[in-house]
Amino acid sequence: MSPRLPNDMSATTATIAPAARRAGLARRLAAKPTAALAILVLAGLIAAILAAPLLTHASPLKIDPAHRLLSPRTGHLMGTDHLGRDMLAIVLYGGRTSLIVGFFVTAIAMSVAIALGLLSGFYRRIDAVLMRIVDGLMAFPGIVLATAAAGYIGPSVTTVVLALSLVLIAPALRVVRGQTLIVRELPMIEAARAVGLRETHILTRYILPAVLSPILIQASFVFSAAVLGEAALSFIGLGVGAKDVSWGGALAEARDYIQNGWWIVVFPGAALVLTILSLNLLGDSLRDALDPKLAGRRA
Amino acid sequence: MIRYIGRRLLLILPTIFVPLILVFLMLRLAPGDPAAQILGDQATPDQVAALRHDMGLDQPLVVQFVFWLKGVLTLHLGASFFFRQPVIDILPSYAFVTIQVALLALFIALVVGACAGVAAALKRDTPIDRGLVALAVLGLSLPEFWFALLLIFLFAVTWRIFPVAGYVAPSEGLVASFMTIALPAIALGLRQSALMTRMMRSSMLDVMSEPYIATARAQGLPERRVVLRYALRVAAAPFVTVAGLSASHLLSGAVAIELIFSLPGLGKLLIDAVGRRDYPVVEGAVLAIAIMLAILNLAIDLLYALLDPRVRLS
Repeated sequence: MSPRLPNDMSATTATIAPAARRAGLARRLAAKPTAALAILVLAGLIAAILAAPLLTHASPLKIDPAHRLLSPRTGHLMGTDHLGRDMLAIVLYGGRTSLIVGFFVTAIAMSVAIALGLLSGFYRRIDAVLMRIVDGLMAFPGIVLATAAAGYIGPSVTTVVLALSLVLIAPALRVVRGQTLIVRELPMIEAARAVGLRETHILTRYILPAVLSPILIQASFVFSAAVLGEAALSFIGLGVGAKDVSWGGALAEARDYIQNGWWIVVFPGAALVLTILSLNLLGDSLRDALDPKLAGRRA
Repeated sequence: MIRYIGRRLLLILPTIFVPLILVFLMLRLAPGDPAAQILGDQATPDQVAALRHDMGLDQPLVVQFVFWLKGVLTLHLGASFFFRQPVIDILPSYAFVTIQVALLALFIALVVGACAGVAAALKRDTPIDRGLVALAVLGLSLPEFWFALLLIFLFAVTWRIFPVAGYVAPSEGLVASFMTIALPAIALGLRQSALMTRMMRSSMLDVMSEPYIATARAQGLPERRVVLRYALRVAAAPFVTVAGLSASHLLSGAVAIELIFSLPGLGKLLIDAVGRRDYPVVEGAVLAIAIMLAILNLAIDLLYALLDPRVRLS
């Protein structure tokens, strides 16, 4: 569970998409039913999570022992949990935690991965050292490291973001580095060197744009792994603090009341699966759209 | 072959030391004083200082690192604050449980993945293929701990086939032991079977389009024989490599799964140790997992080299 941090995502080897091909990306994504569906579901989820106060007046933290473990019905669309808290509110507000963690982890992990990946792919000496570290990180189960990190620093949103970023940098870094290795052998780079451009200029103006499409694909997988990782860490009690609502935390509490009602297990889990599934489908479709050579191969 | 093994051994080192060094640094560089956290609010400054000294935390980081490295290399991992015995004595029984569940999960994943993958490849672009591919995508998106809760709800609470939680050692009865690890193994194996289905399918599709398959068919061999004897043998080769990757994923998943099913494995030990601030045990559990993965990866590399002479000559 990853975060089994799904390492299969590192297998991405999309080739560089010329600018003209990239322009039609939106059109080609929309043409694929799964991609269109994934984007629609994601947009719906994000809209519902952002509009949580409009959709329910219930607070996800308000305890109401008189109305505990109510099955789904009018008034409590998704029922209530063992403390009488409204499940719809828990699912909606828990989604905020997922989105916040997902966003920050993706931003941090991808920035570091892009910077180090470019350097690693461009400079052989940095590469030798960095790749050994990445090998070590990749082979090791990410959640174990994240568990240790969260344990040492103490549960909070910041801890979760830092721990998951640390773990998710390695696979993304490898993808960026692999792509950089291909791009730097292209004639345009030779030409740029020949006219005497500085290396920083070559890295940022020539190589970075050429490696953008695998980065985009990778980002959607990192986001999905971060959402999953946050839920897993919160589930084992090392995620966000008790005051923050989260899907993983809700599932951990549901564990002890599983025989009392299916709804406390099904709804937070379904929200989690729907989010991860859409992100994974989006990543797969992006890969197919950006690299037709791979289309259908990984199904 | 000896040179090949030597080179592999060198490459294995980062796999063990990178996670360990990270954990070492995390403890020392994280905000807050570990000694004060271990002793709690009641401790006097003198007691904290004494424990800091015992743990060597008052030494410069480099000195601490040298002592720590020496401890790791000689397997002197210190004593657990909680169990009051050497960490190295605690680890084996926990590792055994984790390995037991992981092996069963791997077996489930291999069988399900191979069958579903081959079926999807042979029935390419039919509803069977599309259904299996869709199931695999769904399987990859199901968090193991949620799937485990659903399994408990169905097979332990509603139908009462398996126990809800707990562990029985194989020495106390093989069947009873199997019943306690069956649901955890299914929950853990799900994601891997989805991964392997995808991999087997694409590997099989590649092989089936090779010229030698066409030759075999042209010679009039029955399709069954072409698939089983000619295609499957070659298509299954990458499975050995994937098993290594899977092991890391299985150990990752084991953390939450062992907690749900109250299995006394390395994952649960790690969570408990983190909660108790029993740092020697945290480092010990990470070391045990790293060593298990290293040995497994090495074994897979060697197996691969034995199977394919090209690997060890390159």
